[in-house]
Amino acid sequence: MSGSARETIEYDVVIAGAGPAGLSAAVRLKQLDSSLDVVVLEKGSEVGAHILSGAVLDPSGLEALIPDWKEKGAPLNVPVTSDKFYMLGEAGQIRVPGFPMPPLMNNHGNYIVSMANVCRWMAEQAEELGVEVFPGMACSELVYDENGGVKGVVAGEFGKEADGTPGPAYEPGMELHGKYVFLSEGVRGSLAKEVIAKYDLSKGKEPQKFGIGMKEIWEIDPDKHNEGEVTHTMGWPLGGNAGGGSFIYHLENNQVYVGFVVHLNYKNPHLFPYMEFQRFKHHPMVAELLEGGKRVAYGARAISEGGYQSMPKMVAPGVALLGCSVGMVNVPRIKGNHNAMLSGKAAAEAAFDAIKVERSGDELTAYEDDVRGGAIGKDLKKVRNVKPMWSKWGMLPSLALGGLDMWTNTLGFSLFGTMKHGKTDAAATEEASKHKVIDYPKPDGKLSFDRLTNVSFAMTNHEESQPSHLQLGDDKLPISVNLPKYGEPAQRYCPAGVYEVVEEDGSDPRFVINFQNCVHCKTCDIKDPSQNINWVTPQGGDGPNYPNM
Amino acid sequence: MKVLVPVKRVIDYNVKVRVKAGGSGVDLANVKMSMNPFDEIAVEEAIRLKEAGKAEEIIAVSVGVKQAQETLRTALAMGADRAILIVAADDVHTDIEPLAVAKLLKAVIDEEQPGIVLCGKQAIDNDMNATGQMLAALTGWAQATFASKLEIDGDSANVTREVDGGLQTIKVKMPAIVTVDLRLNEPRYASLPNIMKAKKKPLDEKTAADYGVEVAPRLEIVSTAEPEARAAGIIVGSVDELVEKLKEAGAV
Ligand SMILES: Cc1cc2nc3c(=O)[nH]c(=O)nc-3n(C[C@H](O)[C@H](O)[C@H](O)COP(=O)(O)OP(=O)(O)OC[C@H]3O[C@@H](n4cnc5c(N)ncnc54)[C@H](O)[C@@H]3O)c2cc1C
Ligand code: SF4
Repeated sequence: MSGSARETIEYDVVIAGAGPAGLSAAVRLKQLDSSLDVVVLEKGSEVGAHILSGAVLDPSGLEALIPDWKEKGAPLNVPVTSDKFYMLGEAGQIRVPGFPMPPLMNNHGNYIVSMANVCRWMAEQAEELGVEVFPGMACSELVYDENGGVKGVVAGEFGKEADGTPGPAYEPGMELHGKYVFLSEGVRGSLAKEVIAKYDLSKGKEPQKFGIGMKEIWEIDPDKHNEGEVTHTMGWPLGGNAGGGSFIYHLENNQVYVGFVVHLNYKNPHLFPYMEFQRFKHHPMVAELLEGGKRVAYGARAISEGGYQSMPKMVAPGVALLGCSVGMVNVPRIKGNHNAMLSGKAAAEAAFDAIKVERSGDELTAYEDDVRGGAIGKDLKKVRNVKPMWSKWGMLPSLALGGLDMWTNTLGFSLFGTMKHGKTDAAATEEASKHKVIDYPKPDGKLSFDRLTNVSFAMTNHEESQPSHLQLGDDKLPISVNLPKYGEPAQRYCPAGVYEVVEEDGSDPRFVINFQNCVHCKTCDIKDPSQNINWVTPQGGDGPNYPNM
Repeated sequence: MKVLVPVKRVIDYNVKVRVKAGGSGVDLANVKMSMNPFDEIAVEEAIRLKEAGKAEEIIAVSVGVKQAQETLRTALAMGADRAILIVAADDVHTDIEPLAVAKLLKAVIDEEQPGIVLCGKQAIDNDMNATGQMLAALTGWAQATFASKLEIDGDSANVTREVDGGLQTIKVKMPAIVTVDLRLNEPRYASLPNIMKAKKKPLDEKTAADYGVEVAPRLEIVSTAEPEARAAGIIVGSVDELVEKLKEAGAV
């Protein structure tokens, strides 16, 4: 579709993605100058529909942005009251006492929240300030100016046929131009990926690292529910196969968030993250809690784990990357929301200063300086060696060393300097023949569920007649290379069962992509060993419909 | 001619419906809501009538909680000209019963004097399939239900209805109440430019009391239950085994 058929509209700042980062930027811009024209576009059918986080929220970001958040009714209702950490063995667990844990890890003063609900509330705050928020509108393309700088996005294109041509109900969408464009698409943003590649923003930085986080909401027996309780585990069932662990958060209304993160740098392509999660729930400690309860919702989302040394340059002409589109998760604390908010605030302040002196379309260097030198940089720098240690020495010994490093870092130095991550997660994948096949127990339908049943609890949907939003660079490669070499791990790493290798009697294996099931976690884009899968946005409103994730 | 289109805010069709603990109803907290799909079809048909020069103005009406504003904005973005929101409940869990809705719509009809009312055949939340019919009774207008085709011909309408096992075409005198079925049309997308423009279209806010209609429920919900979970299937290896298993299950 040529751009000329599209209506164009001018804003001061165009924001792609209504997560904590994008919404914070929108709120801050309007706080600074209510006459600024600010628009937020969100691909989810409503704000929050695609938000999946833990989440234990460190309120420092919100505090800085909206100091009277309590009076304004922000949904931070459950203060953390207890915080436990266990090393799991197959049948038992060892509680790791709090004292060797560095003060950085303490959850005192934090809240168990649904970030989806926090974002819904933030969107209301933004709209009250005059921000235009449009959910159900995916930003599918960047618009460049004559000098190659970013001047806008295309959003709201609907009704393409499977071959990409306009169908009968085709809507071309609009070009939204801004003096600055903020990409706050969260981890592995599709437009952010294009910008990082185009301007070579990762040059000289460590590769970004990721995990896949899967999460279920359970409604449990009120007698077992303990509002405010936070539990993390490591160890079983992943053992030495991969890094990662679980979280169990008791929120309000007898609900519990049960989540499981697998670091995507695992080597064994037979590993099946989803089944590790399902198996985990059968650990006696977890089974006891969930028995008699009901799984209410399911979802998955990648999480950025590269930390300080992996943050790409975050500005290019006309555009800034925010939050987890940069990767601002403090890995040992598994917290990124506070930094996402602070980054939105910082980007807004830099844009406000620039627009005030009639600048536009240039690099918001002040934003990047603020991130690296300010609160976010400080938060991430202290913990920068934890993840590389996990990768290098395994999780158990690193717990001790990582703890030591975090202790010394809080005192202002590190024994280890800044460690490197080495390979990308895709390159970390080794050949299937070098590794043992892992045998997973069959889900019992009570505590554990098969993947497709669970995906129906993500309430995801995609208009079937559109082109697949999971694009293969070479459509033969899954069968010609990935299958013989890696046993096509897409069959296993995708938490929604989108990818199948179908081998009917006698005929050659076929690679099938059930894109309708996709929950927008971005794992395939990250982990495909051949880097042959490109995730682009399907039409707006498609994808999961998460409740209070 | 004015077209009146009542639209209801319901639980989104993608959402897995969950009964509240205690069985008092369906849990609507944190749940995605949208326009009843049959009402979308009604809005689309109204727009097509307008595009074909058979109607001048489309008025969308919603009865319910304040949040139904969003539903009306969607109707406006699709192409309705103005909207009336009748706030009749505070709690998102309150469902206004068809009779109360029909009485409110009757009051709106008295004010607006539309030539036709296009309703969805039923709302996908409670599946009552009653509002259109009750409205026809209250107004004394002709009714045509389950429309899969609609042609306006002077002061009458030819409506093809989906009936058991086939189609029936009837001719009704206007003004009429038509309830629409799934195959009538394919609703359009609310496009981004139209959503932006819809923000400026008029949306009147009223309350049920403004029309003097009592909305307190007359029905009592005794219980709400989720369907039994289906037992896992088994794959049989041969016809003999199939027969064997059926015998075991007492089916043959
Ligand atoms: C399992 C898990 C547990 C976590 N636990 C915690 C925790 O306990 N505490 C904590 O602080 N952090 C936690 N995090 C990290 C935290 O969730 C992230 O740091 C945070 O979500 C980053 O915010 P963001 O605004 O950058 O991106 P996101 O929250 O991902 O929001 C991005 C938004 O942009 C939208 N979007 C993306 N692309 C487009 C597009 N092209 N067009 C339109 N819209 C688009 C998305 O739909 C989404 O709504 C966890 C993460 C995971 C995955
Ligand atoms: S297809 Fe890719 S993005 Fe979608 S759910 Fe599967 S792994 Fe995640």
